[in-house]
Amino acid sequence: MADITAPPAAPGTRVVPGARPGRQPAAILRRLRRVAGIVPFAVYMALGLLIPTVAVAIKAFQNSATGSFTLSNVKAASSGIYFEGFKTDILLSIASAIVPGLIGFMVAYAIFTARRASLLRQVSITLSGVFANFGGVPLAFLFIATLGSTGIVTGWLTDLGFNLYNHGFTLFTALGVFLVYMYFQIPLMVLIILPALEGLRPAWREAAENMGAPSWQYWRFVGIPVLLPSFLGCVLLLFGSSFSAYATAEAMTNGTIALTPIQIGTFLNGNVIAGQENIGNALALGMVVIIGVIMIAYTLLQRRAARWLR
Amino acid sequence: MAAVADISQAGTSAPAPRVLARRERPQIWRWIVLVLVGLYFAIPLFAAFKFAGIKAFPKVFSQAGFIDAFTLSLRLALITTVITLILLVPTIVYVHLRLPGLRRLMESVTILPIVIPPIVLIVGVLEIAPGFLKASPNLLGLEYVVLAMPFGYRSLDAGLRALDLKTLVEASGSLGARMPVTLWRVILPNLRTAMLSAVVLTVALVLGEFTMASLDLYQTFPVWIVNFEQSSGPVSVAASLLALIVTWIFLMLIATLGNRRSGKAGGSAVTLFSVSRRDIGGSE
Repeated sequence: MADITAPPAAPGTRVVPGARPGRQPAAILRRLRRVAGIVPFAVYMALGLLIPTVAVAIKAFQNSATGSFTLSNVKAASSGIYFEGFKTDILLSIASAIVPGLIGFMVAYAIFTARRASLLRQVSITLSGVFANFGGVPLAFLFIATLGSTGIVTGWLTDLGFNLYNHGFTLFTALGVFLVYMYFQIPLMVLIILPALEGLRPAWREAAENMGAPSWQYWRFVGIPVLLPSFLGCVLLLFGSSFSAYATAEAMTNGTIALTPIQIGTFLNGNVIAGQENIGNALALGMVVIIGVIMIAYTLLQRRAARWLR
Repeated sequence: MAAVADISQAGTSAPAPRVLARRERPQIWRWIVLVLVGLYFAIPLFAAFKFAGIKAFPKVFSQAGFIDAFTLSLRLALITTVITLILLVPTIVYVHLRLPGLRRLMESVTILPIVIPPIVLIVGVLEIAPGFLKASPNLLGLEYVVLAMPFGYRSLDAGLRALDLKTLVEASGSLGARMPVTLWRVILPNLRTAMLSAVVLTVALVLGEFTMASLDLYQTFPVWIVNFEQSSGPVSVAASLLALIVTWIFLMLIATLGNRRSGKAGGSAVTLFSVSRRDIGGSE
């Protein structure tokens, strides 16, 4: 993460090809003047993004009271309830990456194989754009009204003789959160996988059919191998999106569910024992590290996907 | 890029029954998938409307704290939008004109706010922000500029890409206009659509942002909805639906704008999460 964030702070060093620092003062001055135009932007991003992130990383290794170097925050953040928090968050994110990933893929394929200008296609793409951006508080309340203990669907099921809440279901557990996250994860998947589907050349399917391949063979030998890197890349993005989501889970469960973002939130709300404040920073750093790993894997997969999908 | 359904129509030289069979099946699974997923999306909306009831909607506006919370959200939206435009428009124009080599770097830098979770960012911001900023909700506005950066940057960048910027600037220059005049009278009018979509996305983001506002302890509109829930469930569901409808209108507007210029922009409407074809293909 750190070296992706670094460039905006020091753009002058990478801007001009062949710039050799310290050769000619006049030339350096000219180059500095050329990058001057992006200095306000660079400073803003440094203050608003880089420095806060670095501050989190530094604080994670500082004793909350004395400010001296310590590993105890990181240790605390990776054990006990905080370890459980990471575990739940990761498991939840895996589930709400893979399941909506598969459903989203099917929807995208259904849309994609509809005729290009068809109404279905237009409507689905617009709706996906709208729903993918829909999260947070309103979404939480939508599901409380649906599957909460007094929700409408809960009522329907009770009328049918099946009381969800008597069977151990509540909306305020990881399972409930998973059901809710699908609401923005599926359309997000549709939006990000569609371009990859468009790279799937119709000629390949025609060629396969001409050679007598049934549908499953086409998928086994052409479709899946070509699409797999893109699909996995998109699933990683979904993982990241669910891993760092805070608003929906917080609004829905009032902070009772043990997910890392919610736990970080309790540190900021001041519900902590004095002297432990920096554990929150260590948790935040942990999130950045995990997201960083995901993004590196994503970049590698994209490079691989590019081989077939121009 | 014709759809697969079209291809099987074109390839009628194959034995007819098999082609037919193959065309029938996708139709069925397609409708099953779409109907099930459609139900999953429609039922909660229906449930929320039913749960809130018609009477709850007008009540939203007369609730204690509504006006304050909504005004604060609008004020933050205004601050964020103004700073975003002032910061981004000249920078992006400058990069396009003078430092085109920096464009890829700019793209990766501006995508970072999506990568770094807002919850992490607010932890860091509250660590380092000086006291006078922490005492003011304007700090949120300043941070929202960072959060809105990916969307603002992408809209404006797409808009500029569709222009022949160099020719415009040279033509304007040869008529004697200096750069600020060119920016104001030539480039900005041409960027109107892109700026509008940047503004709409930024406003939608600010009006819906909960994480940072709640942890910075300011009662913006989404924070108010949650705090309010304790006193009246139906009214806060109604408030959620209202928030939702407003955001949807905004985003539909964007989608329409996006479709209108899709000739050049590649057909993908800019939404908060739409990812351009280049990111997915990732070939560069």
